[in-house]
Amino acid sequence: MSGSFEQLDHTADLGLRARGDTLEEAFRQAARGLFDAMVDLERVAPDRRHTVSCTSQTVEGLLVEWLSDLLAQKDLSGLLFGEFELEIASREDGFALHGTARGEPLAPGRHDPKAEVKGISYLGLRVEETADGWIAECVLDV
Amino acid sequence: MPERLTLEPVGPARFRLQRSGGMRVPGLVFADEETVAQLHEEASNPEAWSALRQVQNVACLPGIVGASLALPDVHPGYGFPIGGVGAFDLDEGVAVVGGVGFDINCGVRMLATQLSRGEVLDQVQSIGRDLFETVPAGLGSKGELRLSVAEIDHVLLEGAAYAVGQGFGLDEDLAFIEEGGRIEGADPTCVSALAKKRQFGQVGTLGSGNHYLELQFVEKVLDAGAAAAYGLGLDQIVISIHTGSRALGHQIGQDYLKEMADAVSKYGLDVPERELACAPIGSAEARRYLAAVACGANCAFANRQVIAHLVRTSLERTCGTEPDATRTVYDIGHNNAKIEEHSVDGERRRLLVHRKGSTRAFGPGRPEAPEPYRHIGHPIFVGGTMGTASYVMRGTDVGMETTFGSGIHGAGRALSRKKAAKRFWGDTVISDLAGSGVLVFAHSKRGVAEEAPGAYKDVERVVGAAEAAGINRAVVKLRPLAVIKG
Repeated sequence: MSGSFEQLDHTADLGLRARGDTLEEAFRQAARGLFDAMVDLERVAPDRRHTVSCTSQTVEGLLVEWLSDLLAQKDLSGLLFGEFELEIASREDGFALHGTARGEPLAPGRHDPKAEVKGISYLGLRVEETADGWIAECVLDV
Repeated sequence: MPERLTLEPVGPARFRLQRSGGMRVPGLVFADEETVAQLHEEASNPEAWSALRQVQNVACLPGIVGASLALPDVHPGYGFPIGGVGAFDLDEGVAVVGGVGFDINCGVRMLATQLSRGEVLDQVQSIGRDLFETVPAGLGSKGELRLSVAEIDHVLLEGAAYAVGQGFGLDEDLAFIEEGGRIEGADPTCVSALAKKRQFGQVGTLGSGNHYLELQFVEKVLDAGAAAAYGLGLDQIVISIHTGSRALGHQIGQDYLKEMADAVSKYGLDVPERELACAPIGSAEARRYLAAVACGANCAFANRQVIAHLVRTSLERTCGTEPDATRTVYDIGHNNAKIEEHSVDGERRRLLVHRKGSTRAFGPGRPEAPEPYRHIGHPIFVGGTMGTASYVMRGTDVGMETTFGSGIHGAGRALSRKKAAKRFWGDTVISDLAGSGVLVFAHSKRGVAEEAPGAYKDVERVVGAAEAAGINRAVVKLRPLAVIKG
């Protein structure tokens, strides 16, 4: 699988564009982009595991559910994540995601914290298959 | 190509966006020419996020009254623009999640000390260092006030008063907080368990991003009468605390964005963008949302109350000042939706006023202002950037007539975080600021780069436009001595 993420210019907040050759890879890259906005991803050790199960009627809604579940963990368990695996199933009433995130509690000295993400907005929310693969985009409130 | 949007001048620092398409009311933008040029440029670029298109989208929402407003610090947000105001009829209108945002009741508390600049000038390093060590800030920080499940509901219902009851601050603070530090109508059953759980450790934390705590001095008095009423004088040391409702507000926003997006289709609402998720004000969804927003707002008041207490303990250590020598000037939010009474075309009406990146700025005579300020209008706080000035301004009669009594809240960003982080280096920003007499204490160097003064509009221009339009009046100008960042 291959994919990538990049930040987009948004004056107040942070635009995120994730690409992947599969939908799952685009979602995985979006999660990496979310945590890259907060810490140095490469320095997060995959010591602890968190599982995510979420559903949505739309694939865009599923992206918001996936990212906001991961984001909430920074307050619930204090965990930040750097590695992600997931599967997405299409169902009659929408989509279901099962995934695993691996990370560790925040260590400010080591993780080089940046800004805290407050939420996943619906601005510019887009999940699409293009000729070059899947694209997942959203704007994070920072 | 996107539809061409053009602002027409209709008065000093005042521009109208004519009705077109699905707009139910015109747009009204208060800004200087440079900001207008930028708004036009963004709107003409289909790749750019455009604040003006957001003004237009808000004007399309059901039940909007008067105009979709943008104030001089306008820039693109999500849903509403930042610096955006929308007032809605209670029968015909909607409650909009994007009109409040994720950081519910983010705002500023100002504390006035009895110290003067000359008394602290050679101690700024130790005062700043102690404040930095005393007030939890930055990603993952935990607050002093640890709560149980039952206690969090008290915070949501009682706001700042709960914090005072727990020993954080003084009874007399409460009269100098917007709504007495407790917004009516809060219902903790409308807030998810997840939102509450995320908040347990976060009451009394500053956060990160554009949040700050600044040690400042009054550099200039611009309105002697109002400054006297607010108890502010030349060279006086004040402290400004800029933070919001932390994870609780963030989760309320996230939860209701989804619920209100469903409500749009349930009620068959004609909404131009998904980001403007909303529900009719009288609907169960909107009532629950507004009850949750009140909870978030109360949590933000409690948060700033706890931090104010921590500031007092710090000043007692470093400057020997008694806690009651440091007075709350005012505490007011700039992300909220509240039901207020306004005069519209000569008629008194109750409206739901959303202010996103805009503060309530009531002029003289309104009963909502604390009694000592009532004759002059209550203060509003305009945050500068770390290196430039901040302002205390006040509401005006013109503002009451044209903006539903709303005001500017800051300089407003000019550069994206990505561009700022490329252009500026945290260590260089800190040493440059030290050279100009501002000590920065920060948990994140990258955060400092993103928040570099050069990433913001010139606050003087924003204040100047608000004054030229007559919507807010400058009272004092403040200059930072020390800045605490997350």
